Amino acid sequence: MASFKQRDIISIRHFNKEELLYILDLSKHMEGYNHTDILKGKMLASLFFEPSTRTRLSFESAMNRLGGTVIGFAEPGASSTAKGESLSDSVKIIDGYCDIIVLRHYLEGSARLAADVAGVPVINAGDGANQHPTQTFLDLYTIRKTKGTLEGITVGFLGDLKYGRTVHSLAYALSHFSTEMYFVSPSSLRMPKDCLEELRQRKVTCHETESLLGISKKLDVIYCTRIQKERFADPVEFEKVRGVYRLSKAQLEEMVTKDDLKILHPLPRVDEMDESLDETDFAVYFHQARNGVPVRKELLASVLGAIE
Amino acid sequence: MKNMDVSAIKDGSVIDHIDSKSTLKVATILNIHDEEQVVLVGMNLKSECLGKKGIIKIGGKIIDQKEVNKIALIAPNATVNIIKNYNVVKKFKVAVPETIEGIVKCFNPNCVSNHHNLEPKLHVLNKNPIKLQCHYCERIMDSNDFVLT
Repeated sequence: MASFKQRDIISIRHFNKEELLYILDLSKHMEGYNHTDILKGKMLASLFFEPSTRTRLSFESAMNRLGGTVIGFAEPGASSTAKGESLSDSVKIIDGYCDIIVLRHYLEGSARLAADVAGVPVINAGDGANQHPTQTFLDLYTIRKTKGTLEGITVGFLGDLKYGRTVHSLAYALSHFSTEMYFVSPSSLRMPKDCLEELRQRKVTCHETESLLGISKKLDVIYCTRIQKERFADPVEFEKVRGVYRLSKAQLEEMVTKDDLKILHPLPRVDEMDESLDETDFAVYFHQARNGVPVRKELLASVLGAIE
Repeated sequence: MKNMDVSAIKDGSVIDHIDSKSTLKVATILNIHDEEQVVLVGMNLKSECLGKKGIIKIGGKIIDQKEVNKIALIAPNATVNIIKNYNVVKKFKVAVPETIEGIVKCFNPNCVSNHHNLEPKLHVLNKNPIKLQCHYCERIMDSNDFVLT
């Protein structure tokens, strides 16, 4: 297995099964690692050109908890981008101020571009509708922690499957683990054809449908996503699909489901998951958000060479 | 003596064995309308391997590697002959390279390569049928999605 030291974390496609399991095992170990100084003297540049709560703060929490420090900005208006500076110029400059860069940007491929021009390692914290690999690591971590395994489970992806980068990344990662996948979405928000083709080439059994009815009893995990208003160029198109799914405690009690079904969501939610669900044993999304810290601690420590 | 459907040129390049339907596309990407010397284009010529083929003869010009790569994307079966004094001095089949830079644009409007003045870069996943993956946004495209720069 290739070393993680100084490695860019850009796309889930760059990780094989052995590497994914290595990250998950070390993340478990990192759960108990708080208030240490294994990253003392190391500096993270947190560059968020798009809003974020969970990803940005969990990276900053992880860095601080391991004794490192953080610089950066949480919106492009606070950077020289507002003066017209290109992304590659910004990255080349910040590269000299830090030991590692975490980047979120609205353009797809921006993290790859940053990694090409930076000398320090770059971690992709989301590039448009493309990839969000660290979210995928924590999604896998949560599934394994709550289901006990990643092997041979059946997962239903629900909501915006067209623009949902977390869905694309997670589906690809789960393709290493003999997962059967159901893609549940309105017809205008179906999984991109190239993603489906890639999954089928990887021998994944994929099904597409517009409703959970009839398939709910087969699912071990529902991965629910928000329909993202900000990804729609035409507001009329957004209104057509707004609120099309609304999972609630009552709805799940009416549907036939497995007793140990787990519901994940990368959050934030809007109206696709009712708060009544929060009190059920199905809901693991707040644990999932919390798992961002140990997983990101593991990644920062591995990439900066503090753990092997 | 061989009866030629398209006249011979004294010096220059001959692109042969183009799938007939792709002939005008190849002509377009080679910008032949800007050439000052003779250019001959033939279509629907008989071919044993292709059924019907196209041929382009460009007088006075030796086509370069970048142009050969472009041709390979549109006409993967094409051959190139370099002509000097009516003789073929070099003959080769076009070949799709492993990486294609500055020829095909990523078709994804949200790709960073379409916003930051970057030279497009694509990795070849499959050569026949051709399938390319954007180096930046990872989107996969086939020949129907190609936008030439």
